[in-house]
Amino acid sequence: MDKVLSARFGKIKPDSVEEYIAAGGYEGLKKTMAMEHVDAIEEIKKANLFGRGGAAYPTGIKWEQAYAIQRGPKYMVCNGDEGEPGTFKDRHILSEDPFELIEGMTIGAYIMGAREGYIYIRGEYTAIQKIVDSAIKNAEKAGYLGKNILGREGFDFTLKVVSGAGAYVCGENTALVESIEGKTGRPRQKPPYIKNCGLYQMPTILNNVETYSCIPWIIKDGGDTFSKKGTEFSGGTKLMCLSGNVQNRGVYEIPFGMTLRELIYDLGGGVTNGRKLKFVHLGGQSGSCFPESLLDTKICYYDLKKAGISLGSGAVVVVDDSHCAVDYLKNSMEFFEEESCGKCTPCREGTYRLVELVDKFTEGTATMEDFNKMKSLAQTMKTSSFCGLGQSAPVPLLTLIKYFEEEFLEHINGTCRTGVCKMR
Amino acid sequence: MQKVKEVLNRHGNSKDNLIQVMLELQNLSGTNSLPHEWVEFVAVELDMPLSRVYSVITFYSMFGTEPRGKYVVEVCKSAPCHVTGAGSLLAMLEKELQVKPGQTTEDGVFTLIQSACFGACDISPAIKIGDKVYGNLTPEKLSHIVNTYREVQ
Repeated sequence: MDKVLSARFGKIKPDSVEEYIAAGGYEGLKKTMAMEHVDAIEEIKKANLFGRGGAAYPTGIKWEQAYAIQRGPKYMVCNGDEGEPGTFKDRHILSEDPFELIEGMTIGAYIMGAREGYIYIRGEYTAIQKIVDSAIKNAEKAGYLGKNILGREGFDFTLKVVSGAGAYVCGENTALVESIEGKTGRPRQKPPYIKNCGLYQMPTILNNVETYSCIPWIIKDGGDTFSKKGTEFSGGTKLMCLSGNVQNRGVYEIPFGMTLRELIYDLGGGVTNGRKLKFVHLGGQSGSCFPESLLDTKICYYDLKKAGISLGSGAVVVVDDSHCAVDYLKNSMEFFEEESCGKCTPCREGTYRLVELVDKFTEGTATMEDFNKMKSLAQTMKTSSFCGLGQSAPVPLLTLIKYFEEEFLEHINGTCRTGVCKMR
Repeated sequence: MQKVKEVLNRHGNSKDNLIQVMLELQNLSGTNSLPHEWVEFVAVELDMPLSRVYSVITFYSMFGTEPRGKYVVEVCKSAPCHVTGAGSLLAMLEKELQVKPGQTTEDGVFTLIQSACFGACDISPAIKIGDKVYGNLTPEKLSHIVNTYREVQ
């Protein structure tokens, strides 16, 4: 399969405009500049591209809505706050081919008439921030950013790298915008949506690194060609991140429609140390945990949704049978407890209490009442938390209980079949 | 304060750049933290209440308000590292450095902390020292890495 996003990985000097152009770069931007704005958006709609950050909102529709907004200035913002455990795909784009992202944002700026853009990169990626910064400077020198881009009078666009400082919640788009403004990264009330009222209360087009990076290819080779690489319901390819107890860990660009089993066993080489797969945690910490029986599900937004799973960011954490479902859950819940921003009660207190309850299971002091309380609290958080973090934090809990209820009940009786939990 | 002023000027004395300013200042501090006098100075210069500035820096996990070691050793504890042996890695580091998470070694060189995922899941279990990430760690590799940092002293 010819690759879309990773075609140039490792083959070009990441911050060299010349090498990017020699490898087919900036064709998309040139083509866009010869097109009507609405036609360019139409190509993106045809591509069946869904937001790659996790929410899977159709990008063409998002851009069409943003284009229709009359107010300005408009801002282009990129979410490079890749904080989802088990996700390291944006790291590869940013450090190996940052120009595909820069070109994607520049195409967006051309269509939307935006003059300023921000690439928000997590604070932990300091070395990568420098690469992207250098790529931006080189693009400016070569006339691909800055004033009168490619000689087009009035097409001005500048880009700036902004660093995060260690807060998972800043991956939520309104929290991210708050953070760019130098504030604590707590989510805003929605509506107004970010497309109307985003950065500095202005219309803002915000996409994930991977989403923007698909745009140049879509314009260059056409939305239909991109769409055909995937399935009827999910166009193109996806960067999947394999980690955990799997032989060949890493990022794989796969066409939509491949099954999880093919990804884990054919590309990933299967589980390490000859052990058995216990469950897969898909899409990040707030994704579902499910056993081997669901591995033949196709990686496609529609098929996964039918199976009650979300693709999220594309993180695939493989967990083998030496691990305890309850202990794994404890690790997940501690993550959310720490990363909850504290703005709303269901999430702030809920994550705290869930850790407290799961702790009782790992210590062997839990009762049936605790088990029921845990399930009911999870539902409360799901329905009443302010943002996606609190709403989805209980997902691993609910899915682990769904598939491994027996293990939870054993813990109530004081036994951990894997011996991981040190019972009192 | 000259240093602080210089950084603030470079960022145009703008409230919007508070996080970027503080990240730079923390790097300059030599203690991997933000001294109270610097925070006060920034608050005055940017015309912000001190409480507001502290609310920002204490929100983000990368900032420290108490002096930390020259090198902050971060052990990832997120799921991909957790299932590939982060626990034993932490135990080894505790032994090697003779400190518990959150503590600084007596010589002030290392501070050991547990952190959330920093995107090194392909080489888990992983640690991060300053900007550098180390993965696929074994006890031997780990003590070798720690020693190279010690020798730089």
